[in-house]
Parts: sequence; structure tokens; C-alpha cells
Amino acid sequence: MKIAFELNGAPAELEIEPRETLSEMLRGRCRLTGVKLSCEAQVCGACTVLVNGLPVSACTYLAYETRGKRVVTIEGLAESPEKLHPLQQAFLDNFAFQCGFCTPGMILAAKALLDEKPHPTHDEIIAHMDGNLCRCTGYLAIVKSIQQVAAGAAGNGHGSGDGAGKR
Amino acid sequence: MKRPGDFRVVNHSVPRSDGVAKVTGTATYTSDMTLVHMAWAKVLRSPYAHARIVSIDSSAARKRPGVIAVLTGDDLGDLYPYYGHAVKDHPLVAIGKVRFVGEPVAAVVAEDELTAQDALDDINVEYEELTPILDVDSALAPGAQKIHDRGYRAGNFRGFDDQSIDIKGNICQEVHIAWGDVEKAFASAAHIAEGEFYFPMIYAYAMEPYVAIADYDANGKLTVYSSAQHPFMVRQDLADVFRLPLNNVRVIVPYVGGGYGSKSYTKIEPLAAACSWKAGRPVKLQLSVEEAFLTTRGDDARVRIRTAVDAQGKIVARQATIHFDTGAYAENSPMVARKATNRIVGPYRIPNVKIDSFAVYTNTVPASSYRGLGAAQVTFPGESQMDELAEKLRMDPVQFRLNNLANRGESINPVARPIDADVPGDLREIAATLQMEKPLPPHHGRSICCSASDAGAHPVTLAMVQVYGDGSVSVLSGSTEIGQGSHTVLAQIAAEEMGVPFEKVRLVGSDTAITLFERSTGASRTTTLMGRAVLEACREAIAQIKTMAAEVFGVAQEDLIEERGGVRRGDKRLTWPEILEEYFQMQGASIVGRAYLRRAGDLQAVPVFWEIGVVGVEIDVDEETGKIRLDSLATIGDVGLAIHPAMTESQDLGAATMGMGVGLFEELIYDGQQLMNGTMLEYRVPRFSDMASNIYLKLAQNQDGVGPYGAKGGGEGSVNPVGACIANALYQTSGVRIRRLPITPERVWKALQEKKESASSSRSPAQVLSKK
Repeated sequence: MKIAFELNGAPAELEIEPRETLSEMLRGRCRLTGVKLSCEAQVCGACTVLVNGLPVSACTYLAYETRGKRVVTIEGLAESPEKLHPLQQAFLDNFAFQCGFCTPGMILAAKALLDEKPHPTHDEIIAHMDGNLCRCTGYLAIVKSIQQVAAGAAGNGHGSGDGAGKR
Repeated sequence: MKRPGDFRVVNHSVPRSDGVAKVTGTATYTSDMTLVHMAWAKVLRSPYAHARIVSIDSSAARKRPGVIAVLTGDDLGDLYPYYGHAVKDHPLVAIGKVRFVGEPVAAVVAEDELTAQDALDDINVEYEELTPILDVDSALAPGAQKIHDRGYRAGNFRGFDDQSIDIKGNICQEVHIAWGDVEKAFASAAHIAEGEFYFPMIYAYAMEPYVAIADYDANGKLTVYSSAQHPFMVRQDLADVFRLPLNNVRVIVPYVGGGYGSKSYTKIEPLAAACSWKAGRPVKLQLSVEEAFLTTRGDDARVRIRTAVDAQGKIVARQATIHFDTGAYAENSPMVARKATNRIVGPYRIPNVKIDSFAVYTNTVPASSYRGLGAAQVTFPGESQMDELAEKLRMDPVQFRLNNLANRGESINPVARPIDADVPGDLREIAATLQMEKPLPPHHGRSICCSASDAGAHPVTLAMVQVYGDGSVSVLSGSTEIGQGSHTVLAQIAAEEMGVPFEKVRLVGSDTAITLFERSTGASRTTTLMGRAVLEACREAIAQIKTMAAEVFGVAQEDLIEERGGVRRGDKRLTWPEILEEYFQMQGASIVGRAYLRRAGDLQAVPVFWEIGVVGVEIDVDEETGKIRLDSLATIGDVGLAIHPAMTESQDLGAATMGMGVGLFEELIYDGQQLMNGTMLEYRVPRFSDMASNIYLKLAQNQDGVGPYGAKGGGEGSVNPVGACIANALYQTSGVRIRRLPITPERVWKALQEKKESASSSRSPAQVLSKK
């Protein structure tokens, strides 16, 4: 079957299988491998993409459901490698990842939060992000990154080093 | 030696060299890769824990359109079909027998993933069930059936001085250490704590499941891309399986989506490679997370331990018997047992010690390395017992530990390197951070626990740096970037030494065809060993360039003055790259500096370094529900020098968070032969909402390690103490002592109920013993 949708700001038209998941379509047909697959059960959030601005788990969301909608993946976020989205820059500034496998989903989930609520409280950040797992960092630096963007503070590209973990 | 403040690049939290790729989704992991003409493999897995394979009929699968090949234990030709760096007991696909539910019995290679998956249904396997042996007691029972009834060769990287394999019944490995006279010490002790503890089976949950792409080409050369921590170990196993020389096996590791030990050593690479060998095509074998649960887990451990003190609060003896449930194959469990045996002593001076450990085969998922390598399993009982003894002595637990901690230069094990860290200082720092003297709010408890791990593994680490005439530098390292930040740290060291900007250094690796041998990426060794190898390789390159500079200037080397990044004679200054261009009179030429570290000189003593864990927590217990949450968490990285302070702290927090997971909710549960919670729907790992409300990340930088600038490794120490911290803090606030992890709400609630019920008849605190 054929579907038409908007992918990272550009119109897209694809021939897909009716049973195809959004992650299969994005990773397989569009080669957007920034969409990561881990639990494949809507638990970990690694495959999070935005559909009409809302975070969905691409592992269990049917590709067909994106017809006529706007899909944004991590590849569609930065204007260029030199001009990153503020969340991407904040994740760099705060060392908010290690292996990086959860990072695309983390950033998109955070974007959905900040788009809806530009100045979330600490508890709102925790509640919103609770569906995204990170096994490396212990989450603190991710929360700080989101807070940095919410506060509108531009990072300097260097962590403080001493006591960077305190809050 | 340069001190903090003297460094230009090192000891600064520079941007990660892999950062932009990771935040833009362009970092390519093995699971993202495809090769030209690539086919896909899927695996048929055993439904039985222990069975003889009577027959396999795969004829229907082979006829299915799109299927290229089927691989079973009957199709292995003249391959040597067993692998294992310690014991070559692991068939790449089941041969004649299955030993756990989930063991690969057959693989189908097809043009696409779905066809391969569907064709698995066409394979008929006839099994004859054998008695499943599902726990350590059954495995050790007199007359128990042997899970492995044939002999095996020792692996090439066994890690034991004794290369012979001595499998007795179902005991895969025994380890014994002893010094002093334990029985005499217990007989005259003032107080003794004694008990049995249980540390659960756990799953590392690296978010990228196991994946390998193998290409056994027509010229007999094998190339494998894999999400692997130890590419050189994988190369050795593949060379043995396919009887290939080492230079015909190339293992390449792209970005790795988490490891935590679970991607140590060989996993699915031999199966993927055999599929490619059979199909004559490049083959991708991508496991799901459910299949990863059935591939490797952490060893569970039952620990019987007793510790004795004198009336002044000095530990006089510790004795323990440890049984690890190793699962169906040895993997790295022999080394887990060996390390746990050393690590149960803790960072303490104990004059009389006797430890006996057993890694025991069972018909469960094979257990192997997990962050901390045996230390988490034994720090929980050891440090629980420290608090029990402090109570008997009516002594503050922090003071009791301080009385017994080894200072730098003191030995905790008569055959090991003396302690190269300031453990008492670390403990005092965490005690001050958590304000241990401050009164506790209701239902709050605090505890600080310690561990000492003989870290670094066997030091054979080779590195090259390539210095270019345009001022750029490549570091060729076989140490794998698994997220810990090693590619950034190694580049920092090269930039510091070569006097070039950090951005001018590129990391190349891991690729066994290009990078020199590095034994492994684990045991927290990379900064210490590869970091030092890179430093020495840079200095060797500089020595070469100095010789060239003397020729360029037409003077003796002694007449040149070395300045940062080059040499000067009179007013004329040339940088290292400029000397190269002058010397070769051509652009583009580069030279190679190299370093070969081995167990010699100051790396002769083992361990390479002691990795210290000192962690403090304050918990809040909801006595209505039994739920524990962390109010405060404090870690300290005693790393000699933090090459990258922010990432060092992040490693400690990540490790402590994993420790909290096992402390509070992580546990693999078997019901009979079946793993019951082998999905992420059911296996609970720490989430955002589990974070401690207050997090303090400290560093101790005393430059007391054998690594570059006195650095030592980190990233595992902070996982070990957390379980005991939670258990001790719970006891402090509620009076219940739980000797089994995880300390779930149900276990806490039950223990509190039992305590209430027994309160009328006895004043002694309730105890939850080690029963499943």
C-alpha cells in the first residue's frame, strides 16, 4: 500500500506493507537508523519519534498510521552538524549520554515535553521522561540538559568537572 | 610529574569526540549496518533445559523460497565447533544435546529477516528429555547427572596460571585462597557475625542487543562486525573455529550500544560466521532483547560467610564459601569466581582468611562478566556483615571501617600489589558529604560501604600513534569505545603529549586488522593501560622525530631544546609536524610511534591497580508498602587523576545506578526450566523516577596509579557497595536485616510484619534468610 506523509519537513510517499511498523519503515526503507530498536515492547523509549509533535514508540506504531501526518526523527532535528538543536547541544554540554543508544529517543522525548511546556518543573521532567530508559548515565545529566534548555542557557561546551553532579 | 593545574588537555572535561554523531543519530552501530549481498539469519532455540537431540529434520526449511542455508549441529563439517576463552565448552550451535532453554539449535539464513523467521517453523527437532538441573544444590547432589559429560580444551585466555581444565562433576571451576589460621582466630574472637546471603541472577540490559555481521569470503578471509567489547578474544575464538591464521580473521567494532561486561568475550560471532561460511554470503545475525536475555546473564551467588573481631574492633578473620550458579557454559564465570574470592576480603587488613569458591554448571542461561565482576556479589554479604559487627561492638559503622581499612602501601592480600588508593580518605569524604552525624528524619537510614577490586586484568596492551606532517595525530587503539568515553580520553592523552590541539587527534579502532593487540576492554583497564600505552607511544614517536630534527638542523640532538610540541635551536623553532615535512621533503608522510605493555617492570605486580568503591546512601522507607527510595547517593572515584572529570563522575553515577537496580528490583526469575521475566516488560531497571533526590559525585585525585600521570581506572567500583548500603540503611531505620537482593517492597513489608509479630515474644530483629 502507498502512504503519503511529511518526513523531517519534506513530503514523502512510500509503498509499505500493511503490517509494517514505523521503525521498520524508517530504518529499513528510509535508512534513518537514528531510530534505535531495543525492547520492541514500548518500554525503553529508544525508538521514540515524533508524530504530529507527540512522542510515539516506533517499534509498535504502524507505519500506516503516519499517513497525512508529520514525522520527525533525530536526523531531522539539527539544521547542520554545526548548528545543532538546543537539546542536542545541551546533551553534549552535560555529557548526557555514554553509549548513545538511548540518546535519539531521549532527545525527541525531551523535545516533545519542551514544545508543549517550555518551562517544566523538575517533577514534570521526571514524569514525562520516565518512559525512556538509559542504562549508562544514571539520568542526572539528562535532567540537567533539559533544564538547561528550559532555562534558555547556552552551554559553553565544557562541563565544570568539579562537582558537576551536584544539584 | 605534572599536577592538576599543569595540564593543557588532560584533566579537563573536553567535548566528547563521538558526541555530535551520537546526538544527531548518525553514529552507526552494528545493528544499523548492512553489507552488499547481505543475508539474514534467525535462530531456532531449545524449548528444553536439558535434552538429547535425537534428530533434526530441516529439509522443509531448506526448500522454502528465499532460504539460502540452514545450519545445525549436523552441518559443521570440519569446523572446530567449540569456543570459550576460558573453557572451550560452548558449541556455536547445539551438538547432540541442549543445556538450557533458549540454546541455539539451528539457524536459518534467508534473503530477508521474515523469511528466515518463518522458516524456523519448518524445522522439526526430536528431543529426548533429560533431568534438568536447575540450581546449585541439584548440580552438586551426589549422583547428579553431569551437564557436560565430555572433556574440553582450555581456552586461550583462561587467565589462570594453571592451564589444565579440571571439571569435577558439575563444578566448572574451584578457587581457594587462605592465609593465617582462621579456626584459631574464630575460637578466640570477641564477636562473630555469621550468615548466608543471596545475590540474584541479573541481566545487564545493554540497550543494543547482541548483533554480528559476518562475511566469510571466497578467499577464505573472515570479517566480522560485532557489538563486542573484546574484539581480539573474538578473533582468537573465530580463528580456532575456522582453523584460520589470525591475520585472516578481522573483527571490527563500530559504535557499541552498551556493554557493562555483557559483551565481553565471544557471544554470537561464531554462529554468525558459520552461517556466512555455510551460505557463502555476508550474514547478519541480529538478536532481539528477549534473545539477549537468553544469551548471557550475571552469576547469582550464595555466600556463606563469617567474620570475627576482637574486643577492640579489629577484624581478626573472615571465612566464606561462595557458590556461583554459572549456567550451562563456563563463559567468564571461572574468572568471576576467582575475582570474587579475592574481592570478598574487601579493602581491609584481615590477618586470617579462608575463602572457597565454586562456579557450578546448571541448565540455565550461561552467566558471565557483569560490571564489577564478582565484586557486587560478595560486597553485599561482606559489607552487611561489617555493620552487623559494628552493632555487636557498639561502634559507629564508619569508625569500625576506618579502624580496619588498609592505608596506601598496606597489603590486603599477601600476594597482591599493596593498596594504591586512599580508602580511609574516601570514606571520610563520603561521611562528611552525607553528614553522617546529622539526626535522621523518621524512616530514613544511612550507610556507607566499601569495596576493593583487583582490577585491570592481565596487562598486555599494544598501541600505535601515527603523527602526520600536517599536525594531525591518529591513535590506533584496540580498546573498544563502549560509551565509557575511552576514545575521548585516549585522544586527550595524545593531544597532551604531542602538544597538538585535542581536535587534531583522531581515534582509530577497534579493528583487529589495523589496531594492535589489546587483551580486553573491561576490568576498568582502558585509561590505565591503553592510556599509558598511548602516552608511551607518543613519547616514542617524539624520540624518533628528535633524531630527525637533529638531521634537519644539522646538529647533535643534545644541542636542541625541547619545547611543547617541538624543538628550538637559537631563534629557530620547529614543531613536530614541521620537522616531519622538512625530513621527508614531502607532504602526507607520517611516522608511527608504538608501545608494547606487558606484565613487566611496574606492571609486574598484580593487580594493575586496586579499584575502590566507596558509596553512601540515605534511604527513605515507606513502612506501609515496604517501598524504599533513595534520598541521597554519594560516590567517590578514587582514580588517581581524572583524565576527563565529567565523564569519570558520570561513570560512577551510572555504576551506582546499576547497583541500585540490583539493590531494589532487578532479578531474573526462573520457574522450573523457564526464565519467567526475560522481557523488558517484566525485568525492571532503574528509571528517571528512581533517581536519588540528592546526588553527590566526588573525585579523589592523588595520582597514585600506574597509569598515565598517576591515573587509575574507574567505572565499576561504585556498583559494588550499593546493595549492602541499602540493606544496612534499612536495618538502621527499621531493625530488619535482609540478606537477599533485591530488597523489594514485598520482602521489606514481609520482614517488617515478621518483626512486628515476633516483637511480643522476642526483642531480636527479624531476619529474612536466603530462601527463594
